[in-house]
Amino acid sequence: MSNESCVADACNIELTPDLAMENPVMPFLRKERIPHIWCPGCGIGTTVNCFVRGLEESGLDLNNVAIVSGIGCTGRVAGYMNLDSFHTTHGRPIPFATGLKLANPKLKVVVYSGDGDLFAIGGNHFFHAARRNMDLMVVCVNNHTYGMTGGQVAPTTPRGATVSTMPFGNFEDSFNLPFIADACGAVYVARWTVYHVKQLARAMKEGLAKKGFVFIEAMAPCPTLYSRRNKLGDGVEQLKYFKEKSVVKHGASTKDVGLTFQGEIVVGKFVDRERQTWLDSMNEHFTGYFGDKYQRYGGNHVKD
Amino acid sequence: MAAVTPAKQARGTVFVRTEVCKGCSYCIDFCPSKCIEFSKDFNAKGYHFPVLTRPEDCSGCDLCGVYCPDFAIFGVRLKDLEKRIQAQRAEDKAA
Repeated sequence: MSNESCVADACNIELTPDLAMENPVMPFLRKERIPHIWCPGCGIGTTVNCFVRGLEESGLDLNNVAIVSGIGCTGRVAGYMNLDSFHTTHGRPIPFATGLKLANPKLKVVVYSGDGDLFAIGGNHFFHAARRNMDLMVVCVNNHTYGMTGGQVAPTTPRGATVSTMPFGNFEDSFNLPFIADACGAVYVARWTVYHVKQLARAMKEGLAKKGFVFIEAMAPCPTLYSRRNKLGDGVEQLKYFKEKSVVKHGASTKDVGLTFQGEIVVGKFVDRERQTWLDSMNEHFTGYFGDKYQRYGGNHVKD
Repeated sequence: MAAVTPAKQARGTVFVRTEVCKGCSYCIDFCPSKCIEFSKDFNAKGYHFPVLTRPEDCSGCDLCGVYCPDFAIFGVRLKDLEKRIQAQRAEDKAA
């Protein structure tokens, strides 16, 4: 018995093929590009699902949402999303997104990229966008390695992990991404794994509603390169590890949430605070300086 | 007197686009009611795709749909499905 007839029998409803195939995520994706290039067991698609759910629940007008990605496996997300999207040069999604935001302050700009793109090649841009509190939402899919180029050591690779350029184990310390974001001044910092789909979707929703620099780290498995070299099994095995070793600690000090190789993962919403955004600061400063002669920029972001 | 257990009614169902499935088994391992299993058949790419083996247990929670990295599977509650079908029929009539 085929799957479809089994399904049709189960619910006793006459199913049209169109109806049966309409995945609720599909309207948000460029259908002609599916199936995507991500490996079996890769967690990036799951983060996209969570993002779509968050976007759906946020109630934003999709015409006013733009998504920007850099290079890498996660950099493909902008190409698959049926939004105004931008696939930029390596490490530069945040400068492009900043430009988009300042040219059209009505937009909700989302930066969706990987750990190598955002923190290795584009590290500086991340720090300064967070320092300025640009009104962006940054989603970093952290798979601990450079997935697209062959599994080289990344700044997020934990000490002790084996990767293609560290065949005898990594001896460098890794970045603690929420700590960096917190120290640089992000207003919302959360970390979830691909196992925590509902929480990740909620974090995406909250991040989309939040004004200011939002940072969400989504830990994802890389079964083809990272897990295979470290003999950690496939994607599901990694998700089971996320399930067993993750501890939810909302409001935990970001100092203490560093990752170790196959060690405990502290997840949760670490930071949620208010800070003046860059545009608001600029408007306030120039209004104070020039008085009535100054015309405020980006009206919808200034509370009248 | 033996207790009479009423036949369990399905509350939801899943739909699978078998041709885009890559057989990662996320939906199978994380289904809360454990009603999905690998099929014995292959799809065109040679992966075993999931199939609803215990439809009466499915609650239509759509957790499989959120987990699926390939956008291949999704769950739907039967009452929502009926609404969707009616909405679509109304649309078809209007068109």
